[in-house]
Amino acid sequence: MTTTAQMKVKDQDLLTALRDFAGKLLDKGDIGAILAPWCLPMKNMVMPTLLTDPDQLINIDPLSPAFPMNSAKVVSRLTRKPSGSKIAALLRPCEIRAFRELVKLKQGTVEDLVIIGIDCLGAFSNRDYINWAEKNVEAATEKFYTRVLAAKNTAADDVALAAACQSCEFPVAEGADISIGLFGVDTTSMLLLEARTDQGQTLLDKLAYPEAEAPASRTKAVKELVAERIAARDIMLTETRKATNSLEKLTGYLASCVNCYNCRVACPVCYCRECVFVTDVFDHDAITYMRWAEKKGAVKMPTDTVLYHITRMVHMSTACVGCGQCSNACPNDIPLLELFRSAAQGTQSAFGYEAGRSLDEKPPMSEFREEEFEDVVGLGS
Amino acid sequence: MSKFEPTIVAFFCNWCTYTAADLAGTSRLSYPPNIKIIRMMCSGMVDPKYVIKALLEGADGVIVSGCNPGDCHYINGNYKARRRIKLLKEILSRFGFEPERLRLTWIAASDGVLLAEIMQKMVEQIKALGPSQAKMKMVI
Repeated sequence: MTTTAQMKVKDQDLLTALRDFAGKLLDKGDIGAILAPWCLPMKNMVMPTLLTDPDQLINIDPLSPAFPMNSAKVVSRLTRKPSGSKIAALLRPCEIRAFRELVKLKQGTVEDLVIIGIDCLGAFSNRDYINWAEKNVEAATEKFYTRVLAAKNTAADDVALAAACQSCEFPVAEGADISIGLFGVDTTSMLLLEARTDQGQTLLDKLAYPEAEAPASRTKAVKELVAERIAARDIMLTETRKATNSLEKLTGYLASCVNCYNCRVACPVCYCRECVFVTDVFDHDAITYMRWAEKKGAVKMPTDTVLYHITRMVHMSTACVGCGQCSNACPNDIPLLELFRSAAQGTQSAFGYEAGRSLDEKPPMSEFREEEFEDVVGLGS
Repeated sequence: MSKFEPTIVAFFCNWCTYTAADLAGTSRLSYPPNIKIIRMMCSGMVDPKYVIKALLEGADGVIVSGCNPGDCHYINGNYKARRRIKLLKEILSRFGFEPERLRLTWIAASDGVLLAEIMQKMVEQIKALGPSQAKMKMVI
């Protein structure tokens, strides 16, 4: 029985190694299709793609700094109803954690799914990626991972990782069936494979990679990286809290919001199938706006912006995994990841919950106990 | 300057707290007119966005009140309400809303006297606190 194995790498050509791994999965793993980041043939853009043709695996690009969407939503769509065969999904840790939240909300299942997680090197914002990849059409991804792995945690060129990634304390895919380790591993010659579930173990046995111990340097490397990220996160959250600690400041923070609701569309854990903000509830009559305008003297159009954002926090903050797609989706560059993560930190700690930690913990708003939270009852002493 | 008269939006459950308010009325107990009651079927029906909307529209306080634990007409609506209030308090406090502005209480149908006392106390607390920060000119 193996729980850790190694995959040979030649000259730090990680993409070839990962493509070989995907090919083996499709060939020997009883897998019907692989969902993986795939470099589109028409442009240097990477999108989650469902692949059944082994020849197409040559374009998978799981180490790219492109993160155009959180694939949890795609995996949810692929697993909500039976697909007829097993799917292996190559996901970032934040995608796995978001998907777990969706499974708990009955918007996905893990039955016909194998999750392959890779140590996450982080990503650029959409805008930065497009600019950067355009300038580096040749081997953009290779350049990225070589630099990140060499410098441990700094991005390539003058482009910084997205704020979400700089403050992400979950670089290792702990929720995967099989995880692929890069940190603290000599990636010039090998990649580490770890089976983290029974299903992962069975699959890893089928693939017959040679057994290997995790290198001693790995625990330390991961620990250092996480500590660095937590420090960055705490600074970010403190600053955001300070920048939004009154309604006036929050209104200023959200001043350029045009109620496009892109942040909700991009959010993997905004779970309502139909958002109340696009229903008739908020389709106000002209006369209503006039009444508000007359009452207050001025009414910002579109209206209900702050109501929308605070309501969204009430809905999704306990499930927020901090993937940063909200910031990516904002047409006016409002730092939404910082705001939502700040709220999420508060609400998740209030309920002793951590989004994506486990499939067994119920979402806080889906359960209750008879004796709890007495502190919120009454008018205080 | 005229004396500050707060507006407090009260979401009362039909079965307990609203009945208690009725009882207070028929018993000729008085409580301040600052309390604007909205009758809900259950405290568990108070959608968080009703609370947020009330506070953003300039209500100086919101009070949600339902049946005592174990007495909910719908078995457990009040327990769900308690979690939602916990969640709301956590979020609203980040944006400068004082904890006194959102309250949750349990008042049984027979407790007309308690209802009058609690409403009196809520109004006093909000008066001491002053007007809400949301009383700005523009709807946001």
